[in-house]
Amino acid sequence: MSVTTSNCPSAVETSDLCRHHQMGDALIRAVDGISLRIQPGEFVALLGTSGSGKSSLLNLIAGLDRPTSGQVVVHGQDLAKMSRQQLAKYRLQTAGMVFQSFNLIPSMTLLENVELPLRFAEVERGQRDGLARQALDRVGLGARVRHRPTELSGGEQQRASLARALINQPRLLLADEPTGNLDSHTGTEVMSFIREFNESMGMTVVMVTHERALAERYAKRLIFLADGKLVKMESLEIATPASRGAES
Amino acid sequence: MKFYDVTELAVRNLRESILRNSLTTVGISVGVASLVAMLSLGIGLQQLANRRLQKSGLFDTVVVTSRRDLRGFNREQEENGPTPAESPALDDAARQKIQQLPDVAEAFPDIRFVTDLRFDEKPHLTMVSGMPFSAKNNDAFDGMQGSFFSSETGYEAILQKSFAEELLGKKSKFGEEANVAEIAKPLLGKTLTMRYAERTATTPAPGASDSSAGTAYSVISREVTLKIVGVSDLDPDSLRAQARARVFIPLKLAQDLHVMQPSDLRDTTNVVAGKPAYTSMQVRVNNPKNVQTVEDAIKKMGYNTFSIVDATRSMRQFFAVLDLFLGIFGSLALAVASIGIINTLVMAILERRREIGIMKAIGASDTDVRGLFFAEAGAMGVFGGFLGVALGWTIGRVINVGTNVYLKRQHFPPEQIWFVPWWLVLGAIVFAIVVSLVSGLYPASRAAQLDPVQALRYE
Repeated sequence: MSVTTSNCPSAVETSDLCRHHQMGDALIRAVDGISLRIQPGEFVALLGTSGSGKSSLLNLIAGLDRPTSGQVVVHGQDLAKMSRQQLAKYRLQTAGMVFQSFNLIPSMTLLENVELPLRFAEVERGQRDGLARQALDRVGLGARVRHRPTELSGGEQQRASLARALINQPRLLLADEPTGNLDSHTGTEVMSFIREFNESMGMTVVMVTHERALAERYAKRLIFLADGKLVKMESLEIATPASRGAES
Repeated sequence: MKFYDVTELAVRNLRESILRNSLTTVGISVGVASLVAMLSLGIGLQQLANRRLQKSGLFDTVVVTSRRDLRGFNREQEENGPTPAESPALDDAARQKIQQLPDVAEAFPDIRFVTDLRFDEKPHLTMVSGMPFSAKNNDAFDGMQGSFFSSETGYEAILQKSFAEELLGKKSKFGEEANVAEIAKPLLGKTLTMRYAERTATTPAPGASDSSAGTAYSVISREVTLKIVGVSDLDPDSLRAQARARVFIPLKLAQDLHVMQPSDLRDTTNVVAGKPAYTSMQVRVNNPKNVQTVEDAIKKMGYNTFSIVDATRSMRQFFAVLDLFLGIFGSLALAVASIGIINTLVMAILERRREIGIMKAIGASDTDVRGLFFAEAGAMGVFGGFLGVALGWTIGRVINVGTNVYLKRQHFPPEQIWFVPWWLVLGAIVFAIVVSLVSGLYPASRAAQLDPVQALRYE
């Protein structure tokens, strides 16, 4: 079954996207009719108070959850029409995820954590080790490959989590409050890496945060949500890699 | 995910909760051990019974008689075969011919006679039988005290236990087993005097026709001294023909002594006579399964035959049922162990709920997650299977050693009552893996169906 909808130039496109939950008698509208379009290589921040629906929207874009109605199309693939197997493949190859609580597997070393997506992608053992070391080197953790997550600081864990998200070179990076558990210094460090990957690899970044200052510093566009609805969008005057190239 | 990756991750996950998984694995191994121990004892007992029956000579022996003596074992044989008068005599030429048949180990005449034996000046009337020298190797005399005949023509005798008791003037009470070693001690090396009737050929009377040549003989009473070399506990009531006798002498000696046989009298009137004929002959077949073929071949030669073929079949059937029941009882422990596997894996899902969510978020498919839990169940089955076979083997061995200690105390020869064939080793391991995999089906499918969003929220 083909899930490609059109030759859509957008990286992410949602139309009238809804995710409702029934909790007893109450209907919770986590995402309620959101339509938006994110361009390839764009760095977008989803902002809102707690319960505004930003993480729910991110989960829908990540293919972790399915919409109640509406469409979510990523690089031409309609996620709502995908099977569970196809969604798993999408998460493996197209979308990389970074979480607030890092979500590294505590029983595994950093190297094993980072090479885990390569195991799912059935990459040969010999090749896997090199790629995982390379990715950890890139985030400055080349010397900590044999350490377990609990032996590392929060910033180091988040960098390892970033290395894992990027190991399969996804076109889309989804970050759910990536600095939420970090102090401002390590938060800046992690955000610098995300910006670097956005700029050098042309990777689309969708970041959920409730810190407006952080969003303004790194994102190109701010999308404000409240009660599951899109309430405002702000484009910021930040030089994108493309515009920087044009300016120079 | 590739097979070796799934296996590697499964083993590493099992190591993470080493105590719980080890206990589950021990549970499986106890189940496998009970299965292996039960079946190995069942198989061992079956082999013991087989050995015993083979020793009795019931299943590899064909008794051959001539139709000329009009005592056919089977009416059908008599009706379909040649008439008694036309049928061949059971003589030495027939023995050579039968011996050359395929699958025949040996054929020897049945020489038996009732005679008077004197020991300590007291007469004892009993049946004496010629024993082929090959009997030395066919372990029919296991548990015999003393030794086998030193030569094929030695003036030696082996006594059956009850006759030895009679010589010593002892009588064991009903249901009591006399100890052969104790009985043999005062008898070994002593001598017996055997009186017998020797048949010697005489010159035919003048005027007698040629057809009577060689059939005229005279009977002379003679005496020989026999040395007692052994005392056997061979059951005199078993169907093995020689066993119906209570004193055994070397077959060649029995032939050389020309002891008068019951058939001799009849032979004097037989038209084909001229050479000594035997009352019956025993044919030992190299394998009980070939008995029927050999029997058919001998029947074609015009003789009557008798064997017990079907008895082994009913014994095999009995042991098949016994093994089935032992297997079912043994498997009960494995069934309990399978519940342990389900419990362990369901607990693992609860504990690793978040981990499953993470794996799904970074690209693991339902198949990957299912495969991982399935592999963990399988790995426990493999470890449990190997450990269980080793444990079952040890239990069986201990029972065997214990039984032999008991048998020794009761003055019985040692017995192998336990046997672990290679197919049982392989079968038990495969069975443990299959049971583990089946037990892992539900937990694996439950893990695969977990909603990643819910799983990631789990603390």
